[in-house]
Amino acid sequence: MTIASSAQLICFTVLSAVVAIGALGVVLLPNIVYSAFLLGGVFLSVAGLYLLLNASFVAAAQVLVYVGAVNVLILFAIMLVNKKEDLSAIPGLGVRRLLSGAVCAGLFALLLRVAFTTPWATPGPEPVGEEATIRIGEHLFSDYLLPFELASVLLLMAMIGAIVLARRDVLTADIATGEPADQGLIEKSRTPLLLEKTN
Amino acid sequence: MVFANPAVVSAGLDLEASFTDLLQGLGLSPGAAHLLWLPLPMLTVLVAAVVGVLVNVWLERKISAAVQQRIGPEYAGALGILQPLADGLKLLFKEDVIPARADGLLFTLGPVLVLVPVILSWLVVPFGQNLLISNVGVGIFLWISLSSIQPIGLLMAGYASNNKYSLLGGLRAAAQSISYEIPLALAVLAVVMMSNSLSTVDIVDQQTGAGILSWNIWRQPVGFAIFWICALAECERLPFDLPEAEEELVAGYQTEYAGMKFALFYLGSYINLVLSALLVSVLYLGGWGFPLPVEWIVHLTGQPIDAPLVQVITATTGIVMTVLKAYLLVFFAILLRWTVPRVRIDQLLDLGWKFLLPIALVNLLVTAGLKLAFPAFFGG
Repeated sequence: MTIASSAQLICFTVLSAVVAIGALGVVLLPNIVYSAFLLGGVFLSVAGLYLLLNASFVAAAQVLVYVGAVNVLILFAIMLVNKKEDLSAIPGLGVRRLLSGAVCAGLFALLLRVAFTTPWATPGPEPVGEEATIRIGEHLFSDYLLPFELASVLLLMAMIGAIVLARRDVLTADIATGEPADQGLIEKSRTPLLLEKTN
Repeated sequence: MVFANPAVVSAGLDLEASFTDLLQGLGLSPGAAHLLWLPLPMLTVLVAAVVGVLVNVWLERKISAAVQQRIGPEYAGALGILQPLADGLKLLFKEDVIPARADGLLFTLGPVLVLVPVILSWLVVPFGQNLLISNVGVGIFLWISLSSIQPIGLLMAGYASNNKYSLLGGLRAAAQSISYEIPLALAVLAVVMMSNSLSTVDIVDQQTGAGILSWNIWRQPVGFAIFWICALAECERLPFDLPEAEEELVAGYQTEYAGMKFALFYLGSYINLVLSALLVSVLYLGGWGFPLPVEWIVHLTGQPIDAPLVQVITATTGIVMTVLKAYLLVFFAILLRWTVPRVRIDQLLDLGWKFLLPIALVNLLVTAGLKLAFPAFFGG
């Protein structure tokens, strides 16, 4: 066994273990902040797996999108609303846990069966390596153009939805002055808002 | 000093080949020789980065003193040149305090997560045609994606400190980092579009030919301004040092940190500043390029371009030019720090989202149009 292949094997083992254990931690840990940080670790390890598969562009995109954007936003949301309150215990927690455990075990068994019965072509197709960036670009602007554009429409819809949710006072005006409510940042000092819906 | 893939190097000096040949001459197998070679470029760059920080700290002290008409450090070595070392030693020997109600694990992991991506990003900084650790194909994109890991470390540090100032500082740092990353990436994208490659070496190669006239700053003046502003914001330098605004937040996310963990933040921010300056010089100021075309000068002397002596001289010029450009930018950043006041948080976010982002999009569009109209000047 050469140095390169043994290094690859070690990296693969470590990364897979981190992905599996980290993902379990995300689900099982009671502290939601730990779950969110572990999720970042899982995303990073998946990026590492992509690197092992010679897909460096996908790995970098994974880090940028999932770790840099998704996970940071999750953390933001958690930290901005992180109230220390003890939630009241749900009745029948044991049964619920048992049931969800059973569902997960069933799903795991199904996936295992699929993984073992599928005739995987080994070794897989030849990796393109550094050419991958160009190939991805070509695909995105030829045969995958429609899904690519649809994804952007989806993101636009999500963005508009988020704006509407965040600015519920869009149709409101200040009662005292009758002027439209200020949409400024919360940190700005201003008179307290007395808002009501205009008809 | 040839670090890159030897297959790319056709002739001339190849340090990797001579090093491995030497070790194989001592009776080692090719694999073991290669394994011994691998850490050398990495260690060299790591040492360079840390020495760069020491120089940076000294410059910051001296220049700020000059701006305020003080003398600055002068007893530690000639001109106070050993002052950064003294600072480092002081931090090393300080007690490592973890606040009583803090989350010890996350508290320790935070600074590490801030520092490691910055150091990893040095992977793609070229000091010469073959003078970089790895000419990876995703190049500059690797830096962008690695720098997006940093906010997680900041949030972690802010949360784990169990201190309201720390948490606010961490949230501010992450918000700032996210909002300035987008115009930054768009500015980089315009450069990448002109050089048809993400690789930092290709980006510099595209700026050679006519010396100073072919540098990207003439073709991308708007992109240069956007990139520089965003880089300052990403480094949390004044006028964008809101995450650690003393009057409002004590010291932001680093409030509870002392000793070596504080030093990691300190180191991270200075390494990031040097790295950003290096990348500005790579993207817009011709990287290792001399203001006059080197080939032209070599041609005047009548030497072949791949003679060992010529190669050593051009490589040295390349390193000197890269570092010189970077430190000119660092000098500029330090002057800015002591000249302009801090912006408010709403001004900061307005500037990022309502000004830089649209400008960066327009810049990208104009670059694409110019590339189609004048492929000879804007990379066909």
